[in-house]
Amino acid sequence: MLCQICGKNPATVHFTEITNGKMTELHVCEGCAEEKGLQADASKHKFDIAEKFTDLINSAMNTDDERVGHVQCPRCGLLYSAFKETGRLGCAECYGSFQFQLRPLLRRIHGDTHHKGKTPARDGERVSIARQVQRLYDELQRAVAREEFERAAEVRDEIKRLEQQEREERAGEPR
Amino acid sequence: MSDVTRRFEEVLATPGPWLAGDGPHPDLVVSTRIRLARNLAAVPFTHRAREEQLSGVVSSVASAAGAAATFQDAVLIRMNEIGALERQVLVERHLVSHELGDGTRPRGLLIGPAQRLSLMINEEDHVRLQAMASGFQILEAWTQADRADDELGEVLDFAFSEEIGYLTSCPTNTGTGMRASVLIHLPALVLLQEIQKVLKSVMQVGLNVRGLYGEHSDVMGNLFQISNQTTLGHSERDSIESLDRVARQVMEAETRARERLLRDARVQTEDKVWRAYGLLRYCRSVSAQEVINLCSAVRLGVSLGLPGLCPLRVINELLVLTQPAHLQRFYGGELTSDERNVYRAQFVRERLAASEGSGTSASD
Repeated sequence: MLCQICGKNPATVHFTEITNGKMTELHVCEGCAEEKGLQADASKHKFDIAEKFTDLINSAMNTDDERVGHVQCPRCGLLYSAFKETGRLGCAECYGSFQFQLRPLLRRIHGDTHHKGKTPARDGERVSIARQVQRLYDELQRAVAREEFERAAEVRDEIKRLEQQEREERAGEPR
Repeated sequence: MSDVTRRFEEVLATPGPWLAGDGPHPDLVVSTRIRLARNLAAVPFTHRAREEQLSGVVSSVASAAGAAATFQDAVLIRMNEIGALERQVLVERHLVSHELGDGTRPRGLLIGPAQRLSLMINEEDHVRLQAMASGFQILEAWTQADRADDELGEVLDFAFSEEIGYLTSCPTNTGTGMRASVLIHLPALVLLQEIQKVLKSVMQVGLNVRGLYGEHSDVMGNLFQISNQTTLGHSERDSIESLDRVARQVMEAETRARERLLRDARVQTEDKVWRAYGLLRYCRSVSAQEVINLCSAVRLGVSLGLPGLCPLRVINELLVLTQPAHLQRFYGGELTSDERNVYRAQFVRERLAASEGSGTSASD
């Protein structure tokens, strides 16, 4: 994840602030944190940087000029400027409607723009078997790396079982 | 007694298995939690949806959960069917968030068997699935949440993009929609003033640290919630493993700090523990904050194996049961802040008296 202020260095200082039920997060590099006087004062057990926070998140989210604020989601009618105020999108379609603004934002927040996790079960049993197998291969690698060979053997057997199951299901399908 | 009231009473009567003080490393980790954020593709996100759309979400989610084995015998509580005090009780239980606790829109809570699995409907996202476990059990909690999510996903059309994953109301949750967290007790690191260094290293690897109730910024009772910060670009397993690794390092640091306390300052440590126990055992008026802080010292004593204290479960439960809404519910009516302090003191004294001699070790 890159610093939300300079956009150059890796963000190593992370703040989460919740004011009136609204959550805002900020991820900055140490240099910028120091420069802006942001310190997680753990000695007081408070992570309180509310004042500077809103300004910073706004400046960090200012991806383009004023025009961007007028971009509107055709499905739910949310203006990009409204998203910038609340930090919340209006519907699933907003991700498509504001994709050019959201991509850099997602990169700043997460340091990445590609999903590597699970996918919904509804995409069909076949897909979900393939996914399970993929996950198990990852786990197998990790188990081997940690020299947990008993676990690795279990995972290997599970992969074999799932692959067999998938072959059988495929064979049973009409051509 | 109506059906909802009866079911609510049942929930209230069981303090939640995540407080049981069992599971792996209960002396260091109070509980583990996995939260998954999901939305229905066809409905605008909660804050932009109309009332009737939200009612529809409550019905579809409840019906999908009704068909899922993981939610067998689940209890559905509609937030507008219960009073403000009852909603606050659920907030204190960590079953609902402050946002869901306002009760003005069609929102619901599904509580699965033994409160291990729960599901908030129409919070910031339509579905907030939560698996909780006592002690340090990240993988177990994940397995449970993952299975429930798969079952729901077979019936419900979740908003999802191949490229950026599960679509959530706030882009900070986009991707896996997962927040994995451990509630960890670090009194020795705080006493030895090493906590700042440890927390800094946790935050440097991209994890987040919050207080007991995530929404508050104050850390109470030396209880810290450590959780993953980002949800895009790593698989759930990767996030869980990284949290697992860092949490173990923190636990190791706390264990070493506890050993040093016992070795270099045994008398002072025991004195601190027993003074805290004495205050809890004999006080006549006490605030919720003070209970949490005193419980932290007693918890340390139990974890160090000092004989004659109470089981961890009793301490864990006090953290939640002495909160204002729980206390008033037990009392059976509204209490002013001063009255609550008096009633709380009585409640704590009775709980401790009842547990005396019933357990002396961390594993109890």
